[in-house]
Parts: sequence; structure tokens; C-alpha cells
Amino acid sequence: MPDLTNADNDEGFVVFDRVQKSYDGETLVVKDLNLSIGKGEFVTMLGPSGSGKTTCLMMLAGFEMATHGEIRLDGENINNVPPHKRGIGMVFQNYALFPHMTVGENLAFPLNVRGMGKDERETKVKRALDMVQMGDFINRRPAQLSGGQQQRIALARALVFDPKLVLMDEPLGALDKQLREHMQFEIKHLHESLGITVVYVTHDQGEALTMSDRVAVFDDGRIQQLAPPDELYERPQNSFVAQFIGENNKLPGTVESLNGDTCTVRLETGEIIDATAVNIREAGQKTLVSIRPERVEFKPDMMPEGAHTISAEVLEVIYMGDIFRTRMRVAGSEEFVMKSRNTLDQVRLKPGETLKIGWHPQDARALEPM
Amino acid sequence: MTDVTTELRTADGKSLKAALAASQVRAKRRAFFLVAPLLLFILVTFVVPIGQMLKQSVYNDAFSSTAPALDKWFQANPLGTPLDEGAYAALASDLKLMKENRTQGQAGTRINYDVAGTRSLFTSTARKINRLEPPWKEAILGVNEGWSDPNLWRAMRSASSPYTIDFYLAAMDHTRDKDNNIVPVNPNRAIYGKLFGRTAMLSIIITVLCMILAFPIAHLLATLPLAKSNLLMIFVLLPFWTSLLVRTTSWMVLLQQQGVLNDLLVWIGIINNGQRLEMMYNKTGTIIAMTHILLPFMVLPLYSVMRTIPPSYVRAARSLGATSWTAFRKIYLPQTLPGIGAGSLLVFILSVGYYITPALVGGADGQLISNMIAFHMQNSLNWSLAAALASLLLGGVVVLYWLYDRLVGIDNMKLG
Repeated sequence: MPDLTNADNDEGFVVFDRVQKSYDGETLVVKDLNLSIGKGEFVTMLGPSGSGKTTCLMMLAGFEMATHGEIRLDGENINNVPPHKRGIGMVFQNYALFPHMTVGENLAFPLNVRGMGKDERETKVKRALDMVQMGDFINRRPAQLSGGQQQRIALARALVFDPKLVLMDEPLGALDKQLREHMQFEIKHLHESLGITVVYVTHDQGEALTMSDRVAVFDDGRIQQLAPPDELYERPQNSFVAQFIGENNKLPGTVESLNGDTCTVRLETGEIIDATAVNIREAGQKTLVSIRPERVEFKPDMMPEGAHTISAEVLEVIYMGDIFRTRMRVAGSEEFVMKSRNTLDQVRLKPGETLKIGWHPQDARALEPM
Repeated sequence: MTDVTTELRTADGKSLKAALAASQVRAKRRAFFLVAPLLLFILVTFVVPIGQMLKQSVYNDAFSSTAPALDKWFQANPLGTPLDEGAYAALASDLKLMKENRTQGQAGTRINYDVAGTRSLFTSTARKINRLEPPWKEAILGVNEGWSDPNLWRAMRSASSPYTIDFYLAAMDHTRDKDNNIVPVNPNRAIYGKLFGRTAMLSIIITVLCMILAFPIAHLLATLPLAKSNLLMIFVLLPFWTSLLVRTTSWMVLLQQQGVLNDLLVWIGIINNGQRLEMMYNKTGTIIAMTHILLPFMVLPLYSVMRTIPPSYVRAARSLGATSWTAFRKIYLPQTLPGIGAGSLLVFILSVGYYITPALVGGADGQLISNMIAFHMQNSLNWSLAAALASLLLGGVVVLYWLYDRLVGIDNMKLG
């Protein structure tokens, strides 16, 4: 296994140290979690439902107890610190705005319980509302606000008491697509301008890639890969990550030869292709080669010198506006997809056509099958 | 596009409103037929009896229908006219009529409600009326001096009209003196006010106890996983499936002086055999048994409200820095108010009208107003007074309902 913890050895701002969590004493929901988050960083926990990402967030917030291991915040073990003493702001999935209070009262709540004076309280509430451009809504009730407005108030409430750390549990899940994209940028900008540390949980990979400094991909109670978005997308460390982030073509085969970082793979149907060896140890090993659809080429002049090509039969061409999505039969699989940009000079393929396709060896990643 | 400046019309020129009504008439008629049986049922079993009861509380013709001559005399002579021969002649004429129709007992009973001990006056005088000769005043007074009582004549005057508010006066511990002024009754006989007060007091105690007991149960029900909460729900609903009488008698077995609980306390040594607690046939018994019986009516509305409160509210409050107590007080409790309101209203209204349990376990000082209503219905047969008491109870409940609507809003009530 590669070292998934923060590369440098400095103690992070938030540290999960060998954390395990079990609800029933029989199965582990979180298995040996090690994660270090730096101050001011925006880290997203991404994964399918049931992968343990929300449990991790709840342990950090203090609503769940770690069964084993230590969680440290700013160098201090917080395993036994109750949630209200952790000073962590949290944005919930359904906003959790108190329905019997106005927007202003909602924002004043964390300041009230801290015994803050009236003047200071009002100043802070106003500043937080202005920050999310909701200053005019101070006397409204949450039920009178739209989803996006509630989202902003929830954000303002989590920030109003200047927490050291802000947690967000799928905060944009209930919004429509356009609003969601808009809010992504707004949260990102708030993070940048305030310099706060954010731990964000989502199952939406687009959201994770757009907003994060680093993304931790969760599956089966473990972090499968922790990396900046571009690295995650372009250099997935295992086949789960390759499959989960973006669209991917998978070609199963056997490693024919291994030469440093590159290898050749013999597919099950006999063709030989070039690939980058990611977690391949020796020739003869079973592997799963993953290639992004937009990195597949069919024009010979775009392919590198001497690259292996394999033949493909066009099954279906879908016009998607900015791109063409071509489904092809390649090496026995009918689910091989190629995406090509809709440019003026683009060749329009037709179903039934056969052609040769290829790719740069660094775009095809030979991974250990799951 | 239709021209919006004029009345909207359908494609073939009919008025849009008429077309809409025509298209819905079948559905409306069918809907009405479906609810018609219920409507009829409610009318026959609810609206009509309550109307009858309200009428009964202000209308009683037991005397007026049997004494036409007296009625005529009372109309001709205002209150304060000396009781002359004419008055007694009218009385004699009516007594003869009563004897003929055998209604002297009915008339006497009606006057007896007002002036105690006068029923025998009617029956005994009517028995002898045929043997009497004018002058009527001397003859009748010769039979019984009691006829000269001005208060009796005041009562007869009042009863000569079938419509009266005297029963409401009686229900509120008031009566009229011989000059027809409204005065409180002798304090020794003022029982209804005390009884209303006790009913309200016990109902409040029962409501509060139900609230205290139901709140944690409802919370548990709302937060437990489904399989466990279903089992718990069965235990909550179990009292509904058992006969009221069985439950009440089992409380008797448990709580009486020679009962299980007292035996246990004596056996443990907490009390001596001589100090057995009186938990039955008094207020304590009524409170314990009724709290038990009415508890589900508090649990269910509370549960239905609590179920809709997501746990994220309390979590949000705690992450914002509130202790669990503050989060409960400021966030959770205010959101359960509709349930508390609905449950309290339900339990309170049910307990002010409760009859069977106080009758069985209440003893003398655990009786409620409904037991008194039942007494007047079944024993004293003063239905008008029973109706007046019941109307006051109904009025009280309506006022309470109105208050609740003003303070909390009926729309906020959730019954499950």
C-alpha cells in the first residue's frame, strides 16, 4: 500500500491517527483511517454511500465516538471532548436551520450560548449575513427562504462564531444543478478569503474536483487515494479510484512485459497495448488497464510514434453538443467509449465503421484489479 | 390564445366557469354521496342530542304544562301582588286538573328542584282537593300552611314559563330569593362550584402528569430503530386494547389498602401494617388510574411531532456550542410544542368529562362533575340540571379550545 497520509511529517491541523469505528462490534465502518489535514486546507471526503465518509465527519464533529485510535485538532486529542466544546462549525445536509427562529436568531444562537454581549453579537451577525449577501433577510423565518438562501444562512451560521474548522456534510445535495455549481464557487471563494480549514463530504465527484485542495476517496471504510484533484483524475492509484472518478474504459488483461514505469499488456482477446505500470509488480500478473474516453485517439497523426493500436468497431455515436460520445466494440467489450471534441474539422464516425484506435502510454494505466 | 380582457370562454363559446362547474358536478355529487352516511350519522348521534341537551337545560314544561290557571293568574298579576283568593282559586283549579291527569307528582317535582320539600305539598293537597270547598285560600291553607310561603309562589311563577335559566343558576350554586333576586345558595349546599373546581384541578394534575410521563417515552419512540420502537409502541397502545373496566379494577387490586402495593410495602418494612396507604377511593386513586388510561393520548401526538424533528437540529445546536441541556431547552422543546399542546388539550378535555373511572375508584372526594351529571340523570331525575351542568362543561371546553386556538393556533396541532 502506498503511504496515504500527508507526505510531510509535520503534524497537521486535523489528524486522524489509526481511527477505527464499529457500530455493532462485528463490522468496521471505518478501517484504520490515517489522515492529516493542514491548516487552511480544503479537503473533501468523497465516496459512495456507506463508504464511511460521513461517519468520519461525525467523529470529527463529536457526534460519534471513535472505537479505536485518536483524533487530534490543533495538536490536542479531542476524543473525549463533547461537541459543544470543540469549536467546530458545521453545515448539515438539510441545513438544520432552527425553524422556530428567525434568520437573525439562528445566527445569534452560537454567539448567545457563548455569552457574547448584544452589540458584538449584532455586529457579527450582520457581518456574517453580508458575507453571504443575505443582509436583507435577517427577520425572515427559514421556511420563507428558498433552498439556496437557506444554504447561505446555514453557511453563515457555521462561520459566525469564527470556528477553527468548518465541516460540511453534503451541503449542496438538495439544490438544483445550476445553483449547486454557483454555490460551489461561492464556498470556494469564502474558503479562500477567510483562510479557514474545511472538511467537506460529498458523493459528487464533480463537486469534489472543483472545490478541493485535496480529495480523499473513500471506499469500504478506507481512504483509497488522497491527492489533489488533477492527480486524482489523471493518475488514479487503483481501479476503484479510476472507476469512481470520471468515466473510464476498463480493459482486463495480463502483463506481458514490465519495463520500469511502462509495460505492455496482452488483453484477453490477444491484442497487445502499451500502458503505464501503476501498481504492477511483475510480468504475468493480472491487470485492469484504465483509459479516459477523452484520451482515446483514432487519427494516426495524433498517436505517438510506434504505439500499439487496436481495432474498434463503432456501435453508436451520440451527439452531446460539445462532444461526440462514441461507443465501440474493443477487445470483446461493447462498453468502450471514446469522446471527441465537436470541432469544425472533426471526423464524423458512423455506426458499423471499423477503425484503429490508440493512446499515449501514460494515459493507459495498468492497475491491480480489485 | 384566449382573449384575456373579456370573460374566458371555452373553445365552443361557453363560459369557462360554467364549463368547469359542469365538468366537476359528477365528481362532487359522488363525493357527497360517499360522505352522506357519515354526515347523517353525526347529525343523528351528535348534533341532535347535543341540541336536545342544550334545550333541556333552559326548557322544562313539567309544571307549566300542568298548571294553565296559575299561569294565567301569574301573567295577570306581577310579582309582589298579595296572594288573594284569585291566586288560590287558580291553584285549586290546577290541582284538580293535576289529580285528574295524575300529574301532581311531576309538577311537584319540578317545584321541588327550586324549593326543597315541596313535592309532598302537591301530592298531599291534590289528594284532598276534591273534598275542599271555597273559599280556596282558607281551605288550602287548612290542608297545609306551607302554601303560604312566598318563595313557593315565586318558584311556581318562575316555573309557569317553560323557558328558564334557573337550572344554570342552580348549576352555579345560585338561586332566587322570594323577591326573585339572584342570590348564592346556602354555603352548605353549594356543591357544584367546588366540584367544577375539583374537576379542573384534577384534570390539570392528570394532564401535567401525563406530559411528564409521556415526553421521554415519545422521545424514545421517535428515536429508537423501527423494530424496537414498534415493540414499544405496542406497549403504549396496549391499554387501548384492554377493557377500561378491567384496567380500572386491576388498579383497585393493586392500590387498595389490602392490595398488592400496600402488602409489598408492609413486607419490605417501609410502613407498618397499621399505616397502610390510602391510594384508592380518593383523589389519589382517581389521579393514578386516569393518568394511566389517558397516557396514550399524550404519547401519540407527542410522538408524531417528535418523529418529524430531524436529529440534525440538536446536533447543529451542539456543534454551535450549546450544551445538551441548552440544545434541548432552546431547540428541541420549542419544536415539540404543537405536540404538547395537542396532547394536553386532548387529555384535559377527556379528563374533565371522565365518568367511569372516578365512579369506580374515586370514593367520595375523587368524584368529578360528570359523576354529578350522571347522578342527576339517573337518581334525582333532574335532567334539566344535568343538562345545565353538562352545558357548562361543554362551554368550558369550547372556551379552552378557543384559547388554545388564540395562543397556539389549531393549525399547529398535530394529533398523529
